[in-house]
This record gives sequence, structure tokens and C-alpha cells, in this order.
Amino acid sequence: METKMSLQLKDAIQQGLISGLVVLALSVIGLVALFGERDLIAGVFTLGQVFLYAVPAAMAFSLAGKLKAGKQSQALLFGLVVGVVTALPLILLVILATSVDIRQYLVNVSPALIDHLTYNQGVVVGSLMLIVVMGLLGVVAAGLQLLPNHIKRGILSGLIWTLGIGLFSEILSSRIRDFFGAAVIQYIFKSKALVAWVAGLIFILVTSLTIWQQQRKSHKTETARILTTEQQKKLQWAKFGGGAVLLLVLPLLLGTYLSEVMNNVGIYILMGMGLNIVVGFAGLLDLGYVAFFAIGAYTMAILTTQGQLGISNLTFWTALPICVLAAVSAGVMLGIPVLRMRGDYLAIVTLGFGEIIRILALSDLLKPYIGGAQGVLQIPKPSIGSLSLIKPEQLYYVILGGVLLATFVSWRLRDSRLGRQWMAMREDEDVAEAMGINLVNTKLLAFAIGAGFSGLSGAIFASKLTSIFPHSFDLLKSIYVLCLIIVGGIGSLPGVVVGALVLIGLPELLREFAEYRMLMYGALLIVMMLAKPEGFWPSAVMRRELHAHQDEASPETAGSD
Amino acid sequence: MLKRFQDISLIDVILFLIRVAIIVLVVWGTVATIIKNPYDASTWIDTIISGIAQGSLYALIAIGYTLVYGVLFMINFAHGEFFMSGILTAAVFLAVPMSESGFLDAHPIIGLLLIAAVAIIVSVAIALLTERVAYRPLRKAPRLVPLITAIGASFFWQYFFRGLYGSEVKPFPQIAVLAGKTTIAGVDILKNQIVVIIAAILMLVGLYIFVMKTTTGKSIRAVAEDKDVAALMGIDVDKTVSITFAMGSAMAGIAGVLYALVFRQVHFFMGFIPGLKAFTAAVLGGIGSIPGAAIGGFFLGMFESVGPGLFFEGLGVPAPHQLKDVIAFTMLVLVLIFRPQGIVGERLAEKKA
Repeated sequence: METKMSLQLKDAIQQGLISGLVVLALSVIGLVALFGERDLIAGVFTLGQVFLYAVPAAMAFSLAGKLKAGKQSQALLFGLVVGVVTALPLILLVILATSVDIRQYLVNVSPALIDHLTYNQGVVVGSLMLIVVMGLLGVVAAGLQLLPNHIKRGILSGLIWTLGIGLFSEILSSRIRDFFGAAVIQYIFKSKALVAWVAGLIFILVTSLTIWQQQRKSHKTETARILTTEQQKKLQWAKFGGGAVLLLVLPLLLGTYLSEVMNNVGIYILMGMGLNIVVGFAGLLDLGYVAFFAIGAYTMAILTTQGQLGISNLTFWTALPICVLAAVSAGVMLGIPVLRMRGDYLAIVTLGFGEIIRILALSDLLKPYIGGAQGVLQIPKPSIGSLSLIKPEQLYYVILGGVLLATFVSWRLRDSRLGRQWMAMREDEDVAEAMGINLVNTKLLAFAIGAGFSGLSGAIFASKLTSIFPHSFDLLKSIYVLCLIIVGGIGSLPGVVVGALVLIGLPELLREFAEYRMLMYGALLIVMMLAKPEGFWPSAVMRRELHAHQDEASPETAGSD
Repeated sequence: MLKRFQDISLIDVILFLIRVAIIVLVVWGTVATIIKNPYDASTWIDTIISGIAQGSLYALIAIGYTLVYGVLFMINFAHGEFFMSGILTAAVFLAVPMSESGFLDAHPIIGLLLIAAVAIIVSVAIALLTERVAYRPLRKAPRLVPLITAIGASFFWQYFFRGLYGSEVKPFPQIAVLAGKTTIAGVDILKNQIVVIIAAILMLVGLYIFVMKTTTGKSIRAVAEDKDVAALMGIDVDKTVSITFAMGSAMAGIAGVLYALVFRQVHFFMGFIPGLKAFTAAVLGGIGSIPGAAIGGFFLGMFESVGPGLFFEGLGVPAPHQLKDVIAFTMLVLVLIFRPQGIVGERLAEKKA
């Protein structure tokens, strides 16, 4: 009994130290101070404080959840310990930063950071406050774990919604202004953040709604859910129709800025659909995927540009199939030499290809043809008849068309003979070959179709931006696309859309994030692989497979211990 | 049966044609360059020596790839970041302040040893942390999974250190003793380069002896051979893997110091390209083999340094030195396609993992 208690206390201290170090890291790389300027709830809560409090709160919450039933009285104590220990490294930082000029080494340890950490109260009072606040936070987070399940869930979703709405206040307020007029705005929003009482209202509303819903769900029996096939079909059509109408009118609802964001998301969805075929269906990890995007973009550029580099005066629509064709043939040409490679070697070779293409695009060697570092300018936007699609709201439909086409093709391919061949190959090449699958054709088709989507995406990208430069096609773009299909769920079509919305859409809305985008992506890749390798919206096959793998692996690990 | 045979032979024909085309290009370029003779002898010697210096850096970094691939069969994509983290930290906290106070010029050996110690400690710490958090829990996962976390770790550390120290390129001080050239056997060589080459060769030989002669080295080789059997023999596999990571990243930390001595600047992105090229070197020599990594490193450094002048100049390519990286990456692609076992290595079969 006694030993168990002390063991757990040690755990709490350990968790507190980990969370303290994580928060310390977030502070010294500048996230806390940078987002300390961004209010979520006006005058009450900033995004920086989310970074400050989220980790210890989560740690205390999960630690309290691990306690056995009947031991819950300890939860509050442990929460307190986690919170207080978290504060210690931060206080060390505050003391260090106020006594030594640490900023010449660590650029982001600014006076603003220290002010945020000490609540503008000076070192001594501020440090004490930090301990008290962190301790209380730990107690509250751990205490939350003691509440009944439905209330717990209600409060959590209330928090997430309130902070989420706070985060997107700027966008929301501009949309509400457009539809309801400026008079409404001042009651809800104050300088890009929610007004406190509105935030409280949202919190109470969402919390009580969720609790009510949870309770209803637990009371309800399953009989109410059964629908006839006829009804199900109708429901499906209704959903489908609703979705289609929503997609069509979306630019009208969103306005220019958000439509532009959606267009960027769409470009990435297109690339994601292609890479999803290569990586998700066929299991060929391609890190040079951006090369095909570049080929599509450059083909569109030199075929349609009005500038000196132009070789023809084709319109967007006549050039488009040529771009796709160019990308497809590049896919086959790069595919042939790497047919015999597998797994990580393939990843590195494709990465090498991607870099070679980028360096060549930058070099003086190809400068007379594709402009070198100056890129290609004066690419016309697409037009229908005499109507030039200049505004993002109009371009949206071109991209939507491309996305729908790619989604449809992927969807049909997934369930086709070819799709099953890809998946067989992904599972085991040797067995697939033994089953009579022609690996050469199957692999080349995966490369070719994936490249085709990417080329299409690149072509639209070039004509959307009207000018392209080699640095748009660096390795980071391949990594973005890889990230988004992994986050969404490898091999899952809705996953590509979800991934693109989360990874491309959100950062566009949070422009301050730009500097930290790759940091987040890197962390996200690791966390996803550790915690949720099937992604947020997994395909059925992947979910089954990864969980089967876990079931297999767990006795094995248990045995080796 | 016949159809399948035809498919394979078609691919073989294409691969053969690619091979022939590249050989023709290289020979043509070389012959044309020799006929044109654009550079004098001392330029060539300079190029060769800087190639050797560059190659010894690649060799040191490549050791890390090879060791980790040897025991875990994974490409540690974040290795370039281990290289960067050490020297960047040492430069910010030690080298620049020591140079400003004049300490570095007054006591260059103590100063350099201090810098190297800090660089090694930081590199090793980052490597161990990465291994513990991002690799160890996934050791039994499908092979692509740790590769993806490694890519994630690579970008995470790059932008973490960017947030820590800022995004600008930081000058690394020139040490007075090492400035300028000296003459060895009638050839002028930059003193920096001599230090780099000698230090790298010492480290490589030391590491080789360590792995071959000590008990720890033996346990590393045992784990590389077969993890399960090694565990049965009483070897702590987790600890051995950690030691392997620590050794590889210590080499990377040293390489970082030497890199900074030669190029005299450090920044958060400095690890990525050298990391990729060192991986190329490891594959070129035969991944999994320590002498292979060394040979591959020197080869790659030579090719990269001499290549643009020798092959591209003759082909009439404008500004051939822009295409230095193309040579490295082309070699990577070609080696992986045509000779994945490398120069000295036996091929580590896919199925072994």
C-alpha cells in the first residue's frame, strides 16, 4: 500500500517534469510569447496560454485517469504535484533570463515571454502566481477525471468549441459582418477575439448540449436506429444532394479570402489523391512526388505564357491535357528505373529524383527554356469563352472540378481489379507476383496515375498563380502532401480531404503559424505514427490491418519482457 | 511464362541503355574537358584536396547511418539534424563568445576541444531523445512507419533549432592558427583542411577499432546480426541500440565541428543536404559496413568536387558548379538502382528485417 503510493507520487513528479520541459521548450522557441499576442477570448485568454497550460492539464488528466477506482482521492494530489512541478523549469527560466542576458543566445527568450510567464507581476510575485495557477490547473484537470463520463465529455467539448471559435474569430467576424452587418459584430467580437460573455455562453451551450446528447444516447435503445433499406437509400441521396449543393454555393458563403484558402486546399487535395494512389494503395513511398507537380506546372507555364519563354499560345483548357500527359510520361520514365526497388530505398531514390529536378530547374543549363531562378511569368488565368476566371470564387469551380474528377477516379480504381492488385502488391510483392499479378504494369500504372493527378494539380497551380518559380517545388511540398495523407489516413479518400483541410487550411487561417508550420508537421508525423497510425479518417482496410498488427504484436512484446 | 520473360527483359534493356548513356556522357565530357584543358594543375590539386576534406566529413556522418542501419535496418533520416544540433549549439554558446573574448585564438586547442565536447554532448542527447521517443516504440511496426517518424523528427529538429537560435546564418569564427595555407610535399593546402582530414581519419580508425575489439563493439555487432539471439545471449538490446545511436551521433557532432571549421558558417538548415549526401556515401560504400561508409564518403567527396569541372565542363554546360548536387544525387540514384550492395558491402536483404 505504502510502496504503491510512493511509486505513484514518483510518477506524478516524473510526468510533471516532462510536461515542464515540454512547456519550457515551447517557451524558448517562441510559441508562448508569439501567440501571447493573439487573444482567443478578449482580455481573458490567449493562444499562448493554450500552449502554456495544455500540456500540464493533459498530463494531470491522463495521470488521474490511470488511478484505480477507489484511489481517486489521490487524483487531486497528483494533479497538484504535476502542476507545481511543471512550473519549476519555467521559474528557473524566468530567474535565468532576468539575471543573465540570455537573449543573445536564445533569440526567443524575450522580455515579452517573461512577462507572459509571470503575468506581468515581476519575478517573485509572478513565479509564485505561476506555481499557484499551474497547481490549480493540475487539480482542476485531475478533478475533471472524477466526474461522470457524460459530464466530462460535455466539458471537454465545450472547451474545445469555445477555444476553436475564439481562434477563428477574425474569419467568423468578417463573414458575419458580410451577412448580418457590422452592428452585430461589436456584441460578439472584440479585436479578433470573442467577447468574454459570449465565450461563456458558447461554453455553457455546447457543454449542456453534449451532456444532453450523451445522456439521450445512453438511454436510447437500438430499435430507434433501424431504418428500412428504402429509407437508408433516401437518406443517402439526401446527404449526397445536400453535400453537392453545399460544394456549389460554398464560394458565395465563404467570400474571397476563404475561397482562396479553399483553392489552396483543393490543389493539395488533388496532389494528395495522387500520392494516395502511390503510397496508400500501392505502398510505394515516393518522396519526390513534387517533381510531377513541377512538370505539370512548367508545362502549363511554357505552353500558355504570354512572356518571352512561351512556345505556343494554347489556352488553359487545351494545354491541360498536355500537362497531364507530360506528368504521366514523366511518371512512367521515373518509374521504370526504380521498378526493382522496395521500401525505404525507393523513398530515397525518389527523393533524389525530386531534388535533381529542382536543381535542374534552378540551373543555368535549362535557363533558356524555363527561366532558371527567375521562373516563368505572365501565365494567363483560365477562361471560359470571354470570361476570364480571375477571382478566387471563380477559380474555385475549376479546382472543384479537378478534385471531383480525381476523387471519382480514385474511388472507382480503389474497388477495381487494379486497385486490388495494388493493395496485394502493398501487402507482399512476392506473394502478389506469385498470384499472377504483373508487377511491372501494376507499379507503372500507380506511378503514372499518381503523377497524372499531380501534374493536373501543378497545371492549375501555375495558372492560378500566373507565375512560377523553382523554389515552389522543393522537398517541403512533398513532405506536406505526405503529411496530409498520413494525418487523414493512408489509403483513405475522405482522409485526404480531411488532411488537406487540417494541414493546409488551418495554417492559412493562422498566418502567424508560418514559422512553426514545419515544426508542427514534424511533431504531428511522429505523434500520428505513435498514437494513431491509421489516421483521423482511416480506410476500413487500414484500420483492420493496423489493429490486427497490434493484436499480433502485443503478446509478442509481452513475451519478450 | 514467355510474356513475363519479355517484360523483364524489356526493363533490363532499358536499364542497360541508361547505363550505357551515362557512361558515354561521362567519358565524352571527360575527354572533351581534357582536350579543352580549361584549368591548370594547381587548380586540379586544390579541387582534389577539398574533395578529400569534404569526403572525410561525409564519411564521418555516413558512419551514423551505417551503424543505425546495421542494427535497426532503418534509414535514420534525422541523422543530419543530429549533426546540425551539436555544432549550432556549440557555435552559439561557445565559439562566438570565445572568439569575441579572444580566448579561442589564445588557446585554440582547449577552445576547439571544448567546442567539440559541447557539440558531441548535444548531438548525442538529441539522438538519444529521438531514439527513445520516436523510434523505440515503433521497432516492431512495418518498416515505413519508423521512416516516416524519422522524416518527422528531421523537420521537427530543424525548426526547433530555428526557433531556439533564430533563422539567420551565423558566422563561425576563423581560428588564427588555422588561417591560411601551408606547404606539404610541395603542395599548398589550407590548414583547416589538414585538420579536418587528419581528425576524420583518426576518428574513423578509432571507431573501427572500438567496434571490432571491445566488448561493447562486439555486442553491437551481435545485435546487428540478430536481435533476438543477442538478447538470449544476455545482451541488453535497448541499451546496445542506444549506444549505437550515441556513437553515430558523436561522430556527427565531430563532423559538425569540422564542417564549421571549413565552411565557417552554421545555420539550422545545414544538416539536411550533408545528411542526404552522407546517406548517399553510406549506400555507395555499402550500407551497414564501417569501412564502406568511409570509402563511400571519400569517393563521393571526390566525385562532387572534381565532377563538375571534369564531366560537365567538357559537355559545355554553363556554370557547371551549380550542378554539384546533381552529381551527388545522380550517384545516389544510380548506385541504388544498379548496385544497391555498394562498393564493399554485401547486400542486406530486404527480407532480413
